Amino acid sequence: MDQHSKGFPISHVIGFFMSLVLTFGAAWVALQTSLSMKAVMWIIGTLAVVQAGIQLYMFMHMNEGEDKVANNINIIYSAFIAVVIVAGSIWVMTSGHSH
Amino acid sequence: MGIKWDEFFVTGDPLIFASQIGIALTLIGALAGITYFKKWNYLWTEWLTTVDHKKIGIMYILMGVLMFVRGGIDGLMMKGQTAVPENGFLNAQHYNEVFTTHGVIMILFVAMPLLIGLMNFVIPLQIGARDVAFPQLNALSFWLTFSGAMLFNISFIIGGSPDAGWTSYFPLAGKEFSPGIGNNYYAVALQIAGAGTLMTGINFVVTVLKMRTKGMTLMKMPMFTWTSFITSIIIVASFPIFTVALALMTFDRTFGTHFFTISGGGMDMLWANLFWLWGHPEVYIVVLPAFGMLSDIISTFARKTLYGYKSMVISIVMISVLSMLVWVHHFFTMGNSAAVNSFFSITTMAIAIPTGVKVFNWLFTMRKGRIKFTTAMLWALAFVPNFVIGGVTGVMLAMAAADYQYHNTLFLVAHFHYVLIPGVVFPIFAGLYFWWPKMFGYMLNERIGKWNFWLFVVGFNVTFMPMFFLGLDGAVRRAYTYSAETGFGPLMMISAIGSIILAAGFAALVYNIYWSARYADRNIGNDPWDARTLEWATATPVQHYNFASLPEVTKLDAFWHMKKNDQLQPLKEDEVEEIHLPSNTWIPIYMGVVFGISGFLLVFEWTIAAAIAAIGIFAGLAFRSFDYDEGFHVHKDEILETEGIWRKGANKGVKNHVS
Repeated sequence: MDQHSKGFPISHVIGFFMSLVLTFGAAWVALQTSLSMKAVMWIIGTLAVVQAGIQLYMFMHMNEGEDKVANNINIIYSAFIAVVIVAGSIWVMTSGHSH
Repeated sequence: MGIKWDEFFVTGDPLIFASQIGIALTLIGALAGITYFKKWNYLWTEWLTTVDHKKIGIMYILMGVLMFVRGGIDGLMMKGQTAVPENGFLNAQHYNEVFTTHGVIMILFVAMPLLIGLMNFVIPLQIGARDVAFPQLNALSFWLTFSGAMLFNISFIIGGSPDAGWTSYFPLAGKEFSPGIGNNYYAVALQIAGAGTLMTGINFVVTVLKMRTKGMTLMKMPMFTWTSFITSIIIVASFPIFTVALALMTFDRTFGTHFFTISGGGMDMLWANLFWLWGHPEVYIVVLPAFGMLSDIISTFARKTLYGYKSMVISIVMISVLSMLVWVHHFFTMGNSAAVNSFFSITTMAIAIPTGVKVFNWLFTMRKGRIKFTTAMLWALAFVPNFVIGGVTGVMLAMAAADYQYHNTLFLVAHFHYVLIPGVVFPIFAGLYFWWPKMFGYMLNERIGKWNFWLFVVGFNVTFMPMFFLGLDGAVRRAYTYSAETGFGPLMMISAIGSIILAAGFAALVYNIYWSARYADRNIGNDPWDARTLEWATATPVQHYNFASLPEVTKLDAFWHMKKNDQLQPLKEDEVEEIHLPSNTWIPIYMGVVFGISGFLLVFEWTIAAAIAAIGIFAGLAFRSFDYDEGFHVHKDEILETEGIWRKGANKGVKNHVS
């Protein structure tokens, strides 16, 4: 039964609350401020990247792996997927005369 | 909004009314039958609560075959409607519903469950493991997939089917143009099933990485294990995109947001973009495991090691990368810039290279082999030329400029059926014939198998070959009728006749399952095909703990190597140890039920009720968190007894099945 109780998961709770703060912060910036569209986009984009980083460290055990090669492959592949989805979508949806 | 009880059941169509009665009678019959034969306890303890990867695999396959019947009937209805010009069999709305459910069911509830079922059954055995990495999660995957499938299937009798195509493009799929609840079924049911698939992906990545037996390095894995591993990685990479897209669809339809609407700052084509960011990798998710099965089947019946193993592995890894880079070829006509269309044209053509490498590898595997023409091998042989037709027309479609001509015509429909039927259905049938003896302890009849094969392959070509020419002549897809002046009539009629032959081929498979279950020889030994991989090294049907002692691997085609070098060791009694296995659990099926109920209420936009039902989901999670069941041990006596029975009888009085 011992492996079930490793003490209070404080980093998870901190990560959870920071994620909530960042999410509601982004919603507040978008809905309640009168900044320009461009400024809003940059701010919530930055908050999203910060939140992704927090989740990777607090929840995804990114710094716990023993095997450096496997860790590097995982990070490179995830970065590839993220760039393809985000940058690819922006490129496809904003070029041409579709939008 | 809530449920409008007077519109609860779909009324007014005699076909649907007949199905409602049919479904009600089948349900009553099944419940009465189980009660009469006192099978509830058996069903609950042996199947519904099982965490055994073999039984879960078989349940997936059963579900896939049943859904194949449903999707097939949809297909036949479409063919019946378009057989002659100006036909009145189905009206436009009904036709829209039928092609939508046909597409969704065939991809997500036929191809995926059949492949994941075979993966579930075979992969742990091929890598010499006793189960997948997370057995309980595996059961949860199945029950969520099943729950999603059932929710999607009841749409046509309760509330109305989704009718915006399997791609459900916005703005058509939005509230403005599809005000009914049909498309909510699409959004919610696929969300539930998709969650199950994502868990399967995670499970199999970990299983292949962590559960391989001693000596089995990555480059000694059977090809089916390799392709399933890469498929699982693509699942983990792409299914979350679909999850997000479906969630945004649900928000748009249920809560009035404007992600994909035309007005209010929405972007309708963003749905197409997200859908295909998932949808194209999905094509490789279904086709890669099929390629792996073919590789193992071809090398077994050509009686040679797979040609070009390394190039095969490099090809599937390349496909996994390229599969994420081609999605725009599904909407070249959206009006992208020339740069976007050119880029995606080139990546699409590039994906033909690793696929071509694989085709040549299969051909060279067969070269100078002593090929045994079993039914499983026939499917593999028919796959090559038929799939090449699908692949080459795919390269035609990959040219963005030419695609403006082909887009949304029956040419495209013929192309993807030539990819998906020879590329997925043929290999699945090959896999069923090949692994059936491992699953059930008897073989499917070869003579009925040949009928199944020839009817299906001939029917398939007669159905879909004319559609290439119809498409080039300008026949559009998803049109419920056409006028006689178009001249489409004769080819449409040939195509409809082909679909009947195709259906007869499938009926032969169903009959084969029935016939073989009743009459087939049970004394077949543990290795009826003289096969090459580890699943054939253990009993048939496989004992619940898979291997009494885990095998040790030194070479590719491990079992073949053991047989040829006389390394098959008899079991030493003092080496047998107790085996630790996970216990059955009620939580996965419970989660399937509460997800289904909550999803059903959400479909009807009864959000408060859905939220209350969702408490049940959290209750299930809580139960799981406090579940300290440590599993059970199989005792030495039981292992020795089981092993004694099959090892003593092994290959005694067994006829040679591959002569």
